[in-house]
Amino acid sequence: MVQGSTDAADEKARPEVAVEIAGLNKWFGEFHVLRDINLNVARGERIVICGPSGSGKSTLLRCINHLEDWQTGRIVVDGIELNDDPRQIVAVRRDVGMVFQHFNLFPHLTVLENCTLAPIWVRQMPKRDAEAVAMKYLERVRIPEQAEKYPARLSGGQQQRVAIARALCMNPNIMLFDEPTSALDPEMVKEVLDTMVGLASDGITMLVVSHEMGFARQVADRVMFMADGQILEINEPKAFFAHPQHERTRLFLQQILH
Amino acid sequence: MASDTFYLRQTPLVVLLPPRARAGVLGWLRANLFSSPFNIGLTAICVILIAWVVPPLLRFLLVNATWSGDRAACLPSADNPHPGACWAFVRVWLSYFVYGFYPIAQRWRVDLFFVALAFGIGWLAWLRAPRRDVAALYFFVVLPVLSLILLCGFPLIGLPGVSTVLWGGVLVTIVVATVGMVCSLPLGILLALARRSQIPVVKWLAVMFIEFVRGVPLITVLFMASVMLPLFVPEQLSPDKLLRALIGVAMFASAYMAEVIRAGLIAIPRGQYEAAQALGLGYWRTTALVVLPQALRVTLPNIVNVFIALFKDTTLVFIVGIFDFLRTIEAARGDPRWTSPIVSITGYAFAALFYFVCCYGMSRYVHGMERRLARRSG
Ligand SMILES: Nc1ncnc2c1ncn2[C@@H]1O[C@H](COP(=O)(O)OP(=O)(O)OP(=O)(O)O)[C@@H](O)[C@H]1O
Ligand SMILES: [Mg+2]
Repeated sequence: MVQGSTDAADEKARPEVAVEIAGLNKWFGEFHVLRDINLNVARGERIVICGPSGSGKSTLLRCINHLEDWQTGRIVVDGIELNDDPRQIVAVRRDVGMVFQHFNLFPHLTVLENCTLAPIWVRQMPKRDAEAVAMKYLERVRIPEQAEKYPARLSGGQQQRVAIARALCMNPNIMLFDEPTSALDPEMVKEVLDTMVGLASDGITMLVVSHEMGFARQVADRVMFMADGQILEINEPKAFFAHPQHERTRLFLQQILH
Repeated sequence: MASDTFYLRQTPLVVLLPPRARAGVLGWLRANLFSSPFNIGLTAICVILIAWVVPPLLRFLLVNATWSGDRAACLPSADNPHPGACWAFVRVWLSYFVYGFYPIAQRWRVDLFFVALAFGIGWLAWLRAPRRDVAALYFFVVLPVLSLILLCGFPLIGLPGVSTVLWGGVLVTIVVATVGMVCSLPLGILLALARRSQIPVVKWLAVMFIEFVRGVPLITVLFMASVMLPLFVPEQLSPDKLLRALIGVAMFASAYMAEVIRAGLIAIPRGQYEAAQALGLGYWRTTALVVLPQALRVTLPNIVNVFIALFKDTTLVFIVGIFDFLRTIEAARGDPRWTSPIVSITGYAFAALFYFVCCYGMSRYVHGMERRLARRSG
């Protein structure tokens, strides 16, 4: 298994496996959306997930922070087993940041307030400290000058970068990205991907649903292909792109890479 | 680079005035009143209506009005064959319209209550006021206690008790309306949340309450509160008549408010809940910090609509024998020393003016607030 090797030293106390998914099955009514998913994500590992629409990519991601419930199987995040105990769920969510396709910024709050809301109310951080942290991450995503604006005044790319900063303010160990660039105009995709590449070099564990194959080549430790709720193929990017094992992967890559 | 090229402008820019027709009074008239044949027609109709209604109204309310004297002064006479409004009547009875039978020696307490209330409303309503959190504390905690002590009395500190039977007029109208509004918002929010709850018991209780209260007229609720309650509770234990009416009005307003707020909750996209949850916010914090602020903003016009309706519905408490503002006017105009058609009309005109000023004030204030909110998220 390929490892993100940067600053692993201070992570010794935590388990080596960031996310452990075993025998996961989920149905929406009669519809079997996730079939027997098994996946171990190592600490610092970056996984890019691709697959046709409706294959269950988002659903899988949303199970990891329990935005979706599931019927059988287990998920352990950072050593915390997810079950129906609300305290466990909150503990996991504090540790897992999520970035959505449609940003989901809070429109009634300024950019800065978007970023400080959870640190203040979930981490009980003093407002001043929370604002300092927020400004640090807004600088990180290169929009500190927008801090006092309301989200509606920003471009899509800027909004998505705010969403990334907002998630980072909780200082998560794991970041989930659900098609972070697919709602953006082409000229804004790059600024968001650049931000994510920057994150990747920090050694944060990342699960990214994306069809940006350039990004996958550049930062992924493993690329995963899903279809019909199953993991059909998962491999290092070089091998994945050069020699896809599965016929469906081959077809999918052909379509996506033209 | 040639030396006569500059990056900074060397001469001031020529100021261009807007084309003449668009500026000034003439431009405004043309743009707003005479822009199309249809508009010209509308303008003409409005002018005719105004010319038809306004002069007689002014003549009645101001020009021919009687400002002082007694009943006889308001009746047709040789030098005033078509008398206007009898403001003399309002002048004589004004203190009754404001305080009802509240003991004269104690009316300063009512005045103080009005001032304290106006202060609280002003502080809360002024959006850029300092320490609006303290204002909220004052309005929702300090003011109710203060009002209760002031109005009902507290013999221990030398304020003799004043039975609510003696209360009347504007005092009662303001008390009923304020209590109704202040209670209906939080109760409405709770009911709306309960109705959307995942817990069946909570949900069905909320549905039953809302549907039951909305399904009967306010008069019925008031009647039940005042007539049926004593049947179950012994007379000595049964709460004060005004209190019963207050509870009835608050329940009624809450049920309507709940439905208005529920509509706002429905309008909040799922993504907002998910983003809040993903950040680790629990149900109550998600609701209080993310969902409600947005839902309340969406529903602001409807909330004010409920408030305005409630303000006018307070007149119905007369049905259970409470002397609200309108009822005091009714009583006064029936006084044999004054009774005459002109006096009645004047009384109703005065009431209309009072209700209109209050309701229009609320409406304007919220309109301004909406514009402010719209500007920020535009
Ligand atoms: N709440 C739900 N109720 C019922 N069915 C759902 C629900 N959410 C998703 N589905 C279905 O589950 C399947 C997988 O959805 P999911 O969003 O995980 O797909 P995806 O791989 O992310 O697709 P896309 O690339 O379009 O985002 C789809 O067929 C979808 O219609
Ligand atoms: Mg998806």
